[in-house]
Amino acid sequence: MNTALCFIRRLNALTIKEFRQIARDSSSIMIGLVLPCVLIFIFGFGLSLDVNDIPIAVVMEKASPSARSILSGLNGSRYFSPRWVSSMHEAELLMHNHDVSAILRTGNDFDRLMQQGRGEIQLILHGTDSTTANLIQQFCTAAIGVSVQKELDRKGNLGRMTMSWAANLQPKIWFNEASTSTWYLVPGLIVIVMTLVGAFLTALVMAREWERGTLESLFVTPAGRAEILLSKIIPYFLMGMGGLLLCLAASRWIFEVPMRGSLLLIMLSSALYLVVALGMGLIISSVTRSQFLACQAALMISFLPTVMLSGFLFDLRSIPAIARVAGSILPATYYMEILKTLFLAGDNMSIIIKNNAALAGYAVLLLATAVRFIRKTLD
Amino acid sequence: MNIILLLRRVRSLCIKELLVILKDPSSRLVLVLPILVQSLIFGYAATYDLNYVPYVVCDQSHSALSRDLISHIDAAGMFSRLATLSDSSQAESWIYDGKALLAIQIESDFSERLHAGRNAAVQVILDGRNSTTASIAMGYIGMIITAWNENRGLRSPVSVVTRAWFNPQLETRWNIMPAMIACLSFLQVLILGALSVAREREQGTFDQMLITPLSPWEILIGKAIPPILVGLVQSSLVLLVCIFWFRIPFAGELHTLYSALLLFTLSSSGIGLCISAIARSMQQAMVYCFVLMMPLMLLSGMATPVTSMPEMFQTATCVNPLRFAIDSVRRIYLEGAALSDISVNFIPMLAVAAITLPLAAWLFRNRLS
Amino acid sequence: MNVESVRGSSCDAVHAQGLTRVFKTKNTQVTALSSLDLRISSGTMSALVGPDGAGKTTFLRMICGLLTPSAGRLTVLGLDPVREKRTIQARVGYMPQHFGLYEDLSVQENMKLYADLNDVPPEIRTERFARLLEMTDLKSFTDRPAGKLSGGMKQKLALACTLVRSPELLLLDEPSAGVDPLSRRELWEIITSMVQKEHISVLVSTAYMDEAERCSMIMILHEGHLLRCGSPEELKKLTDGLCRRATVPDSLSARTFQAMLLDNSDVIMDAVPEGANVRFVLTSPEIKTEEVLQSTVSLPLRCVPANPTLESSFMHLLKNVAKNTVTVQDKIKHAESCKADNNAAFNTLTAAAKKTSDAVTSLQQSEIVIEVRDLVRRFGTFTAVDKTSFEVRRGEVFGLLGPNGAGKTTTFRMLCGLLPATSGYLNVAGENLRSATAQARSRIGYVSQKFSLYGNLSVMENLRFFGGVYGLPPLILRQRIQEVLDQFELTGHENDISGSLPGGYKQRLAMAAGLLHRPEILFLDEPTSGIDPLARRMFWRQITSLAELGTTIVITTHFMEEAEYCDRMLIQDSGRMLALGTPSEVRRLGGNSSTIEEAFIHIVRQARAARMAAGDA
Repeated sequence: MNTALCFIRRLNALTIKEFRQIARDSSSIMIGLVLPCVLIFIFGFGLSLDVNDIPIAVVMEKASPSARSILSGLNGSRYFSPRWVSSMHEAELLMHNHDVSAILRTGNDFDRLMQQGRGEIQLILHGTDSTTANLIQQFCTAAIGVSVQKELDRKGNLGRMTMSWAANLQPKIWFNEASTSTWYLVPGLIVIVMTLVGAFLTALVMAREWERGTLESLFVTPAGRAEILLSKIIPYFLMGMGGLLLCLAASRWIFEVPMRGSLLLIMLSSALYLVVALGMGLIISSVTRSQFLACQAALMISFLPTVMLSGFLFDLRSIPAIARVAGSILPATYYMEILKTLFLAGDNMSIIIKNNAALAGYAVLLLATAVRFIRKTLD
Repeated sequence: MNIILLLRRVRSLCIKELLVILKDPSSRLVLVLPILVQSLIFGYAATYDLNYVPYVVCDQSHSALSRDLISHIDAAGMFSRLATLSDSSQAESWIYDGKALLAIQIESDFSERLHAGRNAAVQVILDGRNSTTASIAMGYIGMIITAWNENRGLRSPVSVVTRAWFNPQLETRWNIMPAMIACLSFLQVLILGALSVAREREQGTFDQMLITPLSPWEILIGKAIPPILVGLVQSSLVLLVCIFWFRIPFAGELHTLYSALLLFTLSSSGIGLCISAIARSMQQAMVYCFVLMMPLMLLSGMATPVTSMPEMFQTATCVNPLRFAIDSVRRIYLEGAALSDISVNFIPMLAVAAITLPLAAWLFRNRLS
Repeated sequence: MNVESVRGSSCDAVHAQGLTRVFKTKNTQVTALSSLDLRISSGTMSALVGPDGAGKTTFLRMICGLLTPSAGRLTVLGLDPVREKRTIQARVGYMPQHFGLYEDLSVQENMKLYADLNDVPPEIRTERFARLLEMTDLKSFTDRPAGKLSGGMKQKLALACTLVRSPELLLLDEPSAGVDPLSRRELWEIITSMVQKEHISVLVSTAYMDEAERCSMIMILHEGHLLRCGSPEELKKLTDGLCRRATVPDSLSARTFQAMLLDNSDVIMDAVPEGANVRFVLTSPEIKTEEVLQSTVSLPLRCVPANPTLESSFMHLLKNVAKNTVTVQDKIKHAESCKADNNAAFNTLTAAAKKTSDAVTSLQQSEIVIEVRDLVRRFGTFTAVDKTSFEVRRGEVFGLLGPNGAGKTTTFRMLCGLLPATSGYLNVAGENLRSATAQARSRIGYVSQKFSLYGNLSVMENLRFFGGVYGLPPLILRQRIQEVLDQFELTGHENDISGSLPGGYKQRLAMAAGLLHRPEILFLDEPTSGIDPLARRMFWRQITSLAELGTTIVITTHFMEEAEYCDRMLIQDSGRMLALGTPSEVRRLGGNSSTIEEAFIHIVRQARAARMAAGDA
């Protein structure tokens, strides 16, 4: 019989088998379908690095009209919800109980010192949540600066103290004008979903075949390793692409993240990354040959590093060399960069070509290794 | 007499469970090595603090003042100038290609305006692909410009003096690493708990155990203690890394920390054992574990603050023991909180343990077959 | 000569010369097969027999190219299985011990998958599928997921999947392990009919001697060496003139009589109950049998020469090897410990014998320890156990027999309190174990079907654990552990990892763990499946001693000859009770059959036919 025809028929049979198993196995559905939906929900609605309405205690040791009018400037800010308290003791108590995240305090002789140009407002931050604390410091300083300016303008007599000839900052944030974190969390979400289906699910499913001995039965049929590998890759590839479409739809219509680059490029790069992830999954399962170890390994090398090291949350440029190297070994890092650019910046070919080349290199390397690992023997 | 018998039985069960987990040298390694590597790498990686900000500058003023400002920026340490551009339109591609995080643009009338006693703008264009990084970098630039203004004798009559409690430098690592003490062991406790009964069911040894005089409660205690011990050891490892490697000062009392961790591992092993009692196979147990763990971790306040979440999510996280564990560990570690300060956190963890553990014990015998 | 050897090899299905396979791990090196020389001519059926760890599976895997030989030459169908793997795999069918059925897929889907993978042309499929489904009796289950089939049906489906095309050489690795006698017969009917119709060469590994006897050549492997190779007739000749048969005296149970004979190991090599007789093998033909019997049983007994069987020859070969490999020192040590053991056992045996005819009646009068009345268990609409009633008395050996899916395991699990009964009365050791106190549960022991100890713990750690959970105080525990280690000949293996022990050792360890706390009632669920005759003999010798000491034993098994050891037995099918009684009563019920196996098949078939008729009416 025609060998090519046999090849197609065998591949077809194995692929159909895989699809049937996916449809009947609750865990595949859980990881391939339920979990991505839950993640979309959490990433889109639950997670946020933006600060709003931070509770702040405001203490004036001695009532002072100018201090009051300067501090009142915070009232209008969307970032803060100030809470006026009468004593420092009370404020510290609130801070200790995590009821407020910062204390603003003016001293006894604020008015007099301000007259002398040495006015001082203390900002005491709660350092446990350092990220929020940093943002508070920034926003607070800026807000107070504006208030002071207004106060000076109002009291024209202090004109000589005016700051009107200083250099001031005029920031312009590109790509994410409103600076909403959802915009950059969503591309991260896509990376996690693709890694989940590609690496984790595939590793689990393939390890199960090793464990249940079904591979031994496959090995003695005329089906070659090309068919066996392809029949694993095709269904999970399609499943991963399905997950991608789900995420894309959610990001477009639910989270309204702009998609400034072309959809085609996003799909192509994602397909490439999916192949890389599948390669990882196949290698993990062939090396461990047990579901337990495969699960542990997939978790260890895919999920947590993807969150922590791929540049998803933390800027890779600022972390120490050792962690940066670890990050740059991860394929997810390259994919993350492509997605962020395509979503928020646009078709920047130099970034896309560079990172896709890295992904292509990984794809070839990992698939070749996977083929080598699945020799049709039990040695 | 009965107590002695009970203790003897539970003791043998615990020894056996620990042997099953620790017998194999490679599984001992799996329990220790990844924790160490992860805590080190994440400790280094987890930082919102920027120490390398590549930027480009386009100084159209070419004045002494603008040069002075730029040299101030360069002297700050974290900014690294990649290029000095002659044309502001060039800045775009530096940002676009992701080479520079920000571009500073000084207008040609910068010096003139300042000398004429007017405001002069320093335009900063930031790459907003990671908006957190962008706003932090913006904050840095803002501070440098303020300092520069002050340096030139242009003090505002009111200055903001900042002091941070518990974390004077506001380092992200101080925030993330104590969270890791709870977070990294959570994973292991959950998986060990989830696999313990599922593995025995799959290998047929669970029936053997149900036939012995062990009562469901004894099985539960025997099954819960080993993951708790492993979890506590792993937490201690991360704790050591925090104290001795990253030198984050430990402000609290060890006994407070360990009572919080004990309660936390108790509740997470309860969740694990429930999964284990429900799951039909090891694979299913692992999948349930994973599906449950991701939301719990993401909504724990580990990487993003709980207070930034919408109201609904904040309410939902009340059943997440990890959230309260992370909060407790941070407060004990950094703030030196006493038991009474964080006792509120214990209630949800205790509630989770009080529901999941009896449920697991009941499920051992009564799972629908 | 030269020409002939060339011609010979071309029509050989398998030809091995000096074939060796070594498995290396970090610090150990195990030789699974060492310099094996054999040829299997095509168009024949051959059997591989041997104890666990003999190298049977390794040999089969090398033939189909799944393992590469460490040394030596192997040709399969004139091809090299390493270099021409693809060609060989297209011509060889292999059914591994645990065949890779996809449990989520239905019967039909599994068959279609393997047909596609084996390039079976669509035009011949319909006819072949129909024939296979007909033969395997799976016609009415084509839509059922493979995971929901009973053990026997799974094996039949696996065979059907292997036979979707007709291979030139068919390799079967223990196809009937854990399969009931009825399904086993059907399985072999399929194999033989396929062989006849399509002229397939078959190589099968098995633990059943009756299956080996169906083959034209038998190879006996032992620890990687080929002990003997020949036709069944040739092998039987090894024990020609050594076999005898004696009727069991009324005063003794068959197993006590057999045990007494076995204990006389200087002159009697093997003994096994067979119908109302015990068949035994002498160590030498010159022995005066009557005298021996007189001295062992102290009763005048008649004894007739018997035909040699394959099993007797197999035992003969293995015992000789064992004798040769045991070093002198070990032998002395062992002999000393045996003497003490045997003395004790012998005393109880002779005491039992002296009770003469009251022995049987006393058993009937002794206290009832298990009582079951109208026991029912339903899973949804499916009734697994239907109105079953029986009782077991102290010191009895009670057998639960039935085809796969008959409800044996369900009954068992209810007795042990692992599963609540839907309705009916259940009393074990004075309580219902489902709600029993810890104390009541410490009176029973349980050895389950699969090896269910902790595989990655050592022998000692397992025993310590089970002793500990039964609450044995440390001193007593230490002493009991030493006792069971001696009793089950596990001394010297205390620190071995139990999961890597050979099957026979695992089974003994499971028994040792189940007996640590000296239970009054011992539940054994298929304790002997997949275990070679030598190990089975030792197992039953232990059971006999336990029963003599007053332990009640409830056992399920697929080896019908083992039912002869039971005092009474219950035969179930489809959850219903078909027969209950002593072995001779069961044989009588089963159309006066000479063996329990025949009686069993007779009873089950009759009941099924009656049910079908009732269904039609």
